[in-house]
Amino acid sequence: MNYLEVLRIAAPEAVLAVTVLMVLTVDLVVLRGASVAWRFGVGALVSIIGCLMAMVFAFLRYGNTDLLGAMLVVDPRTDFLKAVLLALAIFTVLISESGKFTEHVGEYLSLILLGTLGLMFLVSAEDILMIFIALELASLSLYILTAFNKRNARSSEAALKYFLFGGMSAAFLLFGFSLLYGLSGSTSLSQIAANLAGKGLDPLLYVAIVTTVIGFGFKVAAVPFHLWAPDAYEGAPTPSAAFIASGSKVASFYILAKILALGFAGSAGSAVWHGYVSGWTPVIAVVAALSMVLGNLTAIVQTSVKRLLAYSAIAHAGYMLLGVLANTPSSLSALLFYVITYALTVLGAFGVVAVVEEATGSDALANFAGLSRRAPGLSLCLLIFLLSLGGIPPLAGFIGKFLVFSATVGVDADHLGLLWLVILAIVMSAVSFYYYLQVLKQAYVRDAAEGAPAIKVPPVMLLTLMLLAALVILLGCAPGLLLRYL
Amino acid sequence: MLAWTIYISFIGVLVLMLLPREAARAARIIALLTAVAGCGAAFAGALHQSNPGEVTTIVKVAWIPSIGASYYLAADGISLVLVVLTGLAAIAGILFSWNIEKRTKEFFAFYLALIGAVYGVFLSFDVLLLFVFYELTIIPKYFLIARWGSTRKEYGAMKLAIYSFVGSHLVLIGLIAAWVVARAQIGHATLDLVELSQVSFPLGFQHWVFPLVFIGFAILAGMWPFHTWAPTGHVAAPTAGSMLLAGVVMKLGAYGCLRVAMVLFPEGVRMWQGEIAALAVIGIIYGAGVALVQKDFKFVIGYSSVSHMGFVLLGLATLNTIGLSGAVLQMFSHGIIAGLLFAVVGRMVYDRTHTRDFDDLQTMQLGRLLPFAGVTFVLAGVASMGLPGFSGFVAELQVLMGAWKVFPKTTLLAGVGIVVGVAYTLRAMQKAFYSDGAVPAKSSHDHPLEPISVPERIGAMMLIAASLVIGLFPGLLLDWIQPCLNSPLFERLLKGGGL
Repeated sequence: MNYLEVLRIAAPEAVLAVTVLMVLTVDLVVLRGASVAWRFGVGALVSIIGCLMAMVFAFLRYGNTDLLGAMLVVDPRTDFLKAVLLALAIFTVLISESGKFTEHVGEYLSLILLGTLGLMFLVSAEDILMIFIALELASLSLYILTAFNKRNARSSEAALKYFLFGGMSAAFLLFGFSLLYGLSGSTSLSQIAANLAGKGLDPLLYVAIVTTVIGFGFKVAAVPFHLWAPDAYEGAPTPSAAFIASGSKVASFYILAKILALGFAGSAGSAVWHGYVSGWTPVIAVVAALSMVLGNLTAIVQTSVKRLLAYSAIAHAGYMLLGVLANTPSSLSALLFYVITYALTVLGAFGVVAVVEEATGSDALANFAGLSRRAPGLSLCLLIFLLSLGGIPPLAGFIGKFLVFSATVGVDADHLGLLWLVILAIVMSAVSFYYYLQVLKQAYVRDAAEGAPAIKVPPVMLLTLMLLAALVILLGCAPGLLLRYL
Repeated sequence: MLAWTIYISFIGVLVLMLLPREAARAARIIALLTAVAGCGAAFAGALHQSNPGEVTTIVKVAWIPSIGASYYLAADGISLVLVVLTGLAAIAGILFSWNIEKRTKEFFAFYLALIGAVYGVFLSFDVLLLFVFYELTIIPKYFLIARWGSTRKEYGAMKLAIYSFVGSHLVLIGLIAAWVVARAQIGHATLDLVELSQVSFPLGFQHWVFPLVFIGFAILAGMWPFHTWAPTGHVAAPTAGSMLLAGVVMKLGAYGCLRVAMVLFPEGVRMWQGEIAALAVIGIIYGAGVALVQKDFKFVIGYSSVSHMGFVLLGLATLNTIGLSGAVLQMFSHGIIAGLLFAVVGRMVYDRTHTRDFDDLQTMQLGRLLPFAGVTFVLAGVASMGLPGFSGFVAELQVLMGAWKVFPKTTLLAGVGIVVGVAYTLRAMQKAFYSDGAVPAKSSHDHPLEPISVPERIGAMMLIAASLVIGLFPGLLLDWIQPCLNSPLFERLLKGGGL
């Protein structure tokens, strides 16, 4: 094993790690006395350049490599996902610009990058030990990011909740992984599947499946493991919430699909109507159904837009789980399309919320009244993001839904056995339209209070949001641009 | 050429968005020019089409190859009829909203977006693309009503949006299922309407998927008992909004029923033919009966739309050439006449008197104060009753002739609906315009009513002329519709072949 070889394979990660250190050093050593805005500007610039360089390295590589027995697996798809994660990190940094919630900008930026680093290792890992370590690196960064607004007690409360739930889920995951190791004698996913093949559904394996699903259920905020999400989204500084909802979702769903499809290859079972076979698919089907129903119905009554987005995130996790349980090559690419476009959309939505919150003091629904007059560009972006989340064509969210749903039904073309789940998803998505429209009604139909001034949107922020909105439209009209990489 | 109807409308939206906020006059003119250009493109394209019986491809490029979706615009005779209708209704709607002062440019931007999407639906021959345009209409509809409407506008707008969305999602379930079944049967994924129409879906599958898709579309066509969005939505909408809702949006539903549900699942239609006819006739009678007892002028027209759309659905249920061509003709005719009726009620009367209550209108002697409005309403009412010479007559006659062959008893009941239709129209006419012996109005003398403006006159005359021309020369449209019904696309639907 040549260490240079490791460095070559892990080049994007290495570049990012160096960037983290540079951001910290620059902030702590060089810019000690400068103003917060200045320090943030320089730090953000360094971070973005680092991310861009890491992206270049991710794209420069070719071929498939497998290091140390699946510890670090690199193929074109993981490289692309890493580039996506880096792009999401850049967007997060850009929408943090107006966030004046902290003086510790160096730490804030480096934690975003560290979280991204964890997620990048996560998508490359096919070894349960490595998966766990990468997941923890990402999660710990996210816990701290949630707590970053020290002046707000809700932020600390949210972080504590997130941390306790997250810690517990990590324990479940580790328990499941240890059973898996005990059953198969290996930590590599493909090896596990090979060793388990033909042994049938051992009760212990069933426990391992359930605890793994619990562990990841927490990460992706699926019902009934979702309780932390609304509080964390609401209390966290908005850009942190955006990062939790975007980057971490992309990586978590990819790795969940990978673990289930690769590691539990022999015990998929079936969730087909009247054709139930126990395994992990029925477990996922139940979690997906619960998430879609509960997430959407609870979102209806929310008055805080961040909480609304949190419940809508739970509902979307339900739709995405359909892509996981379909478990075919086309469903995996549909799932990735869905989760990437969702990440872009939700980042944008949080960006808009951040601006409104900054200008009006809270993210209450009523504070969005008259937004179309107070900030026309901003509210147009909001319109696009929310309609995409609601699944209105021709935006990216609709195409994602169509791809995932059609791939799910396509699994059992003879009897349309998974149609019941898709019908549930589509009905629930009709419900979701109502609450997205509630927000848009405030922005476009209601008038602002007398004399409410125009909202000044920072130019960088507006540009970022418009770029995201343009991407949402573009990927809806020409999904092939993204699908070809998945 | 025809595709430009869509592009012109969306270009108009972009131009309007870039206008400064205060430029209300410029916004109106741009909107009108856009609508005229769109209508011109529609006419030019329609006349250019040499063989309306065939599906003539306008553009077809791959869109999402992995699921077989393509950007496939095409037109046959039925599309042409409805595209022309949309063009006329778009111009009329703008002429009748010349007086919109509140956020003018946004109003017209939403308006043109709606028009563009409607053109898109009528020209799409890829099922997914059709669905995309179909859903795209929901958002502008919602904002037009919620922002610029009147009576209970937020409620009416939300109701319409939710009904439309639920309907389109029923359609979506059916489409995904049909896509999967078709892929398993022909070996490759496709969403091409023409190709899908050649697939023989299993009978059991058609039995449940047809009603799903049909009802999904029929919700928007105002089919009883899913019609309840229509009266509230029409009443809440601004004049141009209700003109478009009744004029073209309800036709989207009926068009979807015919173009997607019936063409894809011909056996399914045959299984449910009787039920559809029954619901259609209930709609005809119920709509007419409820219209007879309304106190609000606009609700009368709203319920009359439900009644008239019942004829379209009855025509669809006949499954014979004459009934179907009557249904398409009725779509056109009702689009014109309902637009005109809403224009009289919403723009000519309500915008001036600020009331739509018959008790108040009775005291105003509007027939004398607004003679133009009175005459227009009489002409529109007569057309709506189905008097020979106007388009409604030819259309309803064909529907009834088609229906008589298949279900004579039900057709008799539909005849009752026509009689009640005469009654409510006369009642509305008399109460709103020509009630004598009432006390002279107090307010109308203090503030003399603003005279009927030039744009209103042009719009009204345009619509009356359209109805008259089609009433006198129905062959103009039937020459487009009938060859189309004999084309391979409708072969299995009308001839009972296939399986």
